[in-house]
Amino acid sequence: MALKGNLADFSTTQILNLISLARKTGTLRVYAPVETNEMITDGAGNKRKKIVPGKERATAAFREGRLILAAMGEQDGHLANVLHKAGKLNAEQARVIRERGAKYSDKALALMLINANYVTQADVVRSIQQHTLDIVFDLMLWSKEPFVFEENVLPSPERITVPIDLKNVIIEGTRRAQEVRPLEEELPNLDMALKFPDTPGDKFRGIHLSVEEWRVVSFINPKNSIRQVAKACNMTDTEIRRVVYGLLQAGLVELVRPPGMQPPPAKAATGARRSTLQAPAVKRSVVERLIAKIKET
Amino acid sequence: MPMQTVKMVITGPFSAGKTEFIRSISEIDVVTTDEGISPESAEYGTKEQTTVAMDFGRITVDDDLVLYLFGTPGQRRFDFMWEILAEGMLGFVVMVDSAKPETFREAKSILETFRAYAPTPYVVAANKQDHPEAWVPDDLRIALRIDEHIKLLPCVATEKESVKNVLLELLYSILEEMDS
Repeated sequence: MALKGNLADFSTTQILNLISLARKTGTLRVYAPVETNEMITDGAGNKRKKIVPGKERATAAFREGRLILAAMGEQDGHLANVLHKAGKLNAEQARVIRERGAKYSDKALALMLINANYVTQADVVRSIQQHTLDIVFDLMLWSKEPFVFEENVLPSPERITVPIDLKNVIIEGTRRAQEVRPLEEELPNLDMALKFPDTPGDKFRGIHLSVEEWRVVSFINPKNSIRQVAKACNMTDTEIRRVVYGLLQAGLVELVRPPGMQPPPAKAATGARRSTLQAPAVKRSVVERLIAKIKET
Repeated sequence: MPMQTVKMVITGPFSAGKTEFIRSISEIDVVTTDEGISPESAEYGTKEQTTVAMDFGRITVDDDLVLYLFGTPGQRRFDFMWEILAEGMLGFVVMVDSAKPETFREAKSILETFRAYAPTPYVVAANKQDHPEAWVPDDLRIALRIDEHIKLLPCVATEKESVKNVLLELLYSILEEMDS
């Protein structure tokens, strides 16, 4: 079953997180947004114009939750171009290889270039990895494009793929994203605290954090509010939001309510009463009778 | 013996299927406080009527015990009703339209709001699982950031057995809460 949606509702970061956590295999396709006159409503009943998919703008492929390849719609992802972009081939070399190597697959072409001492295997791997990352980081800045994730659809086996851990991609992509407003929406309450997940060791393995991020990580404790951590690290609200958002998106930390903190006020209710309502005192036998009744209904 | 009434709330975003859910299980015709949707309204064309105050359904267990099901209005402009409806609830169901990612953010917001009202057990119903574009419950759990220990159940609100399953799972959660 394909996952479909719009990046306005479910961001690239959230998609990458879902793919990583669910260890999904498949291809994400992102399309140019085409606005229609048809109106749709969001969950709150607000009206907006329906956006439908236009021309395909980018694809990213994943195997078992790891990014393996990406392509930008209008760019030629030919290996010669990727190596040229990475500075491993000059323009003339890339042109000749494109022309003469048109009939070869990426893997065959890479083998020939390595055997001819044009490039090393490491050059090829690093260049494809960087090319893939550049596209995905770009994709992470898009905000209104329709998308579809096709499960179990992968690039041709003749393409060269390089597995990349998505947690690092999410953290780095979030670092690059400068939008403050979505961060405030995602993390409105700095009085919340952070804790590590149950198996933090597994999640932090192979992760590359900045010094700033490590400083925040060192203060993570359910007793410390995010605001207190920001103060200890001498960070502004925006800076701490950006770091914490990245860590949250990568699943490295979880939000918790610090001891003694009241539940958040219900923003929906506009009336004067804000207190937590009491659950009714109901006997176990009553619940068991309800269960029996619904079973026989 | 005095009649005891027990109340459960069915909440969720606009057009998540709350009214259908109650309609599928209620022994009475659901008492709705719907209004027609005018052509100027945002919802015009999505469905013919929308709940403005509440839906009300009933399941009579016997002479002295009745379960009331209250459906909340989905639109924010009627959210003043939410806290009123939440008062005294034994538990609640958050309905999510699995095929409409544009409503996931609102679903999460409503869930957090009701959690703040009362510390009662709840389950999340991934509705419209029969829709070809429905997100599967495992993906919804990640998308909505629902903890592993919270039940997220596949649901088709128009099917009685599916609705029964959701309500039973909520009642089992309430029993577990009593035992803990």
